Amino acid sequence: MEPGEIHALLGENGAGKSTLMNVLYGLLQPDEGEILVNGAVRHFRSPGDAIAAGNGMVHQHFMLVPVFTVTENIMLGAEQTSAGPIALLDRRTARSHVLEVSQRYGLPVDPDATVEDLPVGVQQRVEIVKALVREVDLLILDEPTAVLTPQETDELLSVMRTLKAAGKSIVFITHKLKEVKAIADRITVVRRGQVVGTAQPDATEDSLAALMVGRSVRLTVDKAPADPGETVLSVRGLRVYDDRGHPAVDGVDLAVRAREVLGIAGVQGNGQTELVEAIMGLRPVAGGEIDLAGQNIATRNTKDTLRTGVGYIPEDRSVDGLVKDFTVAENLVLDVYDQPPYAAGLALRPAAISRAAKELIAEFDIRTSSSETPVGTLSGGNQQKVIVARELSRDLRMVVAAQPTRGVDVGSTEFIHERVIRERDEGAAILLVSSELDEVLGLADRIAVMYRGRILATLPAGASREQVGLLMAGITGDTA
Amino acid sequence: MTVTPAEAQTPVAAPGRPGPARRVFDWLTTANTLTVTVLAVVLALVVGAILIIIGDEQVRAEWGYLFAAPGAVLGDSLSLVGDAYGNLVKGSIIDPSSVSGAISGTNSWSLAFAPISETLTYTAPLIFTGLAVAFAFRGGLFNIGAQGAVIMGCIGGAIVGFALPMPYGLHLIAALLGAAIAGAIWAGIAGYLKARTGAHEVIVTIMLNYVALQFLYWVIRQQGVHDPTRSDPISKPVHGTARLPLLGGANLRWNVGILLGVLAAAGVFWLLQRSTVGFELRAVGANPDAARTAGMSVAKAYILAMVVSGALAGLGGGVQVLGTAYTLTPAVAGTLGFDGITVALLGRGRPWGVALSALLFGALHAGGNHMQSNSHVAVDLVTVVQAVIVILIAAPGLIKEIFRLRAARTGSAAGTLAKGW
Repeated sequence: MEPGEIHALLGENGAGKSTLMNVLYGLLQPDEGEILVNGAVRHFRSPGDAIAAGNGMVHQHFMLVPVFTVTENIMLGAEQTSAGPIALLDRRTARSHVLEVSQRYGLPVDPDATVEDLPVGVQQRVEIVKALVREVDLLILDEPTAVLTPQETDELLSVMRTLKAAGKSIVFITHKLKEVKAIADRITVVRRGQVVGTAQPDATEDSLAALMVGRSVRLTVDKAPADPGETVLSVRGLRVYDDRGHPAVDGVDLAVRAREVLGIAGVQGNGQTELVEAIMGLRPVAGGEIDLAGQNIATRNTKDTLRTGVGYIPEDRSVDGLVKDFTVAENLVLDVYDQPPYAAGLALRPAAISRAAKELIAEFDIRTSSSETPVGTLSGGNQQKVIVARELSRDLRMVVAAQPTRGVDVGSTEFIHERVIRERDEGAAILLVSSELDEVLGLADRIAVMYRGRILATLPAGASREQVGLLMAGITGDTA
Repeated sequence: MTVTPAEAQTPVAAPGRPGPARRVFDWLTTANTLTVTVLAVVLALVVGAILIIIGDEQVRAEWGYLFAAPGAVLGDSLSLVGDAYGNLVKGSIIDPSSVSGAISGTNSWSLAFAPISETLTYTAPLIFTGLAVAFAFRGGLFNIGAQGAVIMGCIGGAIVGFALPMPYGLHLIAALLGAAIAGAIWAGIAGYLKARTGAHEVIVTIMLNYVALQFLYWVIRQQGVHDPTRSDPISKPVHGTARLPLLGGANLRWNVGILLGVLAAAGVFWLLQRSTVGFELRAVGANPDAARTAGMSVAKAYILAMVVSGALAGLGGGVQVLGTAYTLTPAVAGTLGFDGITVALLGRGRPWGVALSALLFGALHAGGNHMQSNSHVAVDLVTVVQAVIVILIAAPGLIKEIFRLRAARTGSAAGTLAKGW
């Protein structure tokens, strides 16, 4: 790393990017090898050591205390106290320090705001200020754009340029090729724990992707134009509350027809999660109707909905999709374990479960040492394939796929996309919810953009990135 | 990513695979469940030995002359510990002198079998209470309420046992059913509250334990329950028709309860590992969100886990009152329910592990009694040893550090114990 350089670290999930950076930040200890800072070997036993050596990190999941103010969060771990017999927290000095740093680098934050009230993009800014206050020279940004709107991403990129101009070095971890090309001075690609190449920002996206996965991949999805049939799912005037009791879905109307993919684009947290959970019977419906194949399912339980022929890929695989301590085989029957041939009366039939598991492992190319391996030991992409295999192996009229490729490597993503399109071509209606704009643009036959609990507009397949991106930010034609 | 599935599925064959003896040694020196458990028991007995030495006034005084006569001091200490632990074994497994006595005809054979009989008598109810805690545990619930359910089981079993005259066989079955139902209802209250209102099962079951104990005190004094020939709080004895048959002669206490315990362990194993109910329960226990998303009813699983857990604990109470105690007294349930928590933890929540750890605790209890009367070491030492075992199991890292074991490749005991809160 050079001073004042933006160095992109590009690699698939599980390639070792985050592990490497956690070593630099002192969260993990290296088994072998050395870290050199300004020519000297350094050992980081804790993040404290790393910060002292000038390394700061902004994690993918923010390390902020939601109920504390911005100032309190920033002083956390480096609290300054007043002189005297009883050391009191010196909030005033810390606050002025925060203001000074945020002005110097053009990162406007309100030092007195409570963190949980701030939008995600601003929370991220707080994380960056937190690192800068500790006077780091090297800033590690771990997948910083995953949670941002396209507009917020642009802002972040300009902040990175400012920091670069101020002589700070930045390690930018990502798997989004466009951003890498837009900002990086140098690109290092890692695969399976090894550096497989370095590239300049003028390299083509295709060549970078090929370097990442070790072979050339198609970033677009091959599919025939949709040939929609009758309406399978129709949602009218749906209202749903979130966990805190605030309206999250506020009057949504949509219809999904057989043999088409309706993509719902939107930045995370605009009600997509609640919409999907309401359809699946996992969250109470406060108002409106949900019809599946002509029957109202608004009051039905999840089991009945699944049994009606709905395949459901939940957005958070480790929380909602898989039981990590269970084996691959057990997870593959998680929603059909009590159906023949997997059960006879109360008794499970392990032989049938194991046979089905072996078939699905082969068909869906799940990389596991055996069907009896605990699913938690698989890589993210293979865990996701277990869910996809389970859900798409039933007889389906409809697939509800929420963030089906989040945190999944390019190879698995391509595979999952192909399977989803195959389900469409075989006659299922597909509801795809994704905050990856490219995924929605690539897969959807119609695109509905969700913003603050409402569908702002529904666009045809050929809509442009910019058009959808503006809608995702809540900017409609009338107000723009 | 160019690996074909066939290649990926082949286990990685390490070059120069070690021989079988080496592999067994490697396995034994890894922090696996068996090694950690055995070492925890050994270490707990060492702690017990130190306490025995400190607890003996005479030997403690001798330690003042350690440097003057080290041989004598260490010798006396060792013989003290050896005598105590010798009596522990004689009271729980086998006493060579009574065996040779039985062979030469100077004492009866039942004396030779007495240690085993005592061990199994204490083991039987512990299997049930251990299974009760383990079953709820696998469903993600930390059931502290086995004690209350045991008490209700004792009451249910005893009342059916002395108040409802019935023929042989039928009476015993009815009494055991009474015990199981009483326990199931009691624990079911906590399950229902958890499922419907989210009330934490730990708090609810602790409170229900108090209520059950006071209910026992009250019930014993009631007309129709209290033994009219006695002035102390004791109930009428259960009829002979409702008692668990003894396994060997009137002089030995072992009874059919131990066989029922083994059957219960087999039943719980089947229910957890081989039935759809167990699959659902384990899924809810391991990840309630994923279970719900897969269409399972988490509330139903919680209620079921507590009802079955309570029925098992109630049966433990039934085995105690119908097999050994025969009457209700304020102390009839002892600490069976609380010991069930330790048994379940030591058994890692696995049915056969529970049965084995109940056997260990049963033996410690039986041997402890013998040790107290013959070596003047209080039976409470056994309680300390049990507690130390569980502390060491709960902190497997400790055993790993002390004995320099290598980390186990898959999940160790820590996971079992860290959950539930």
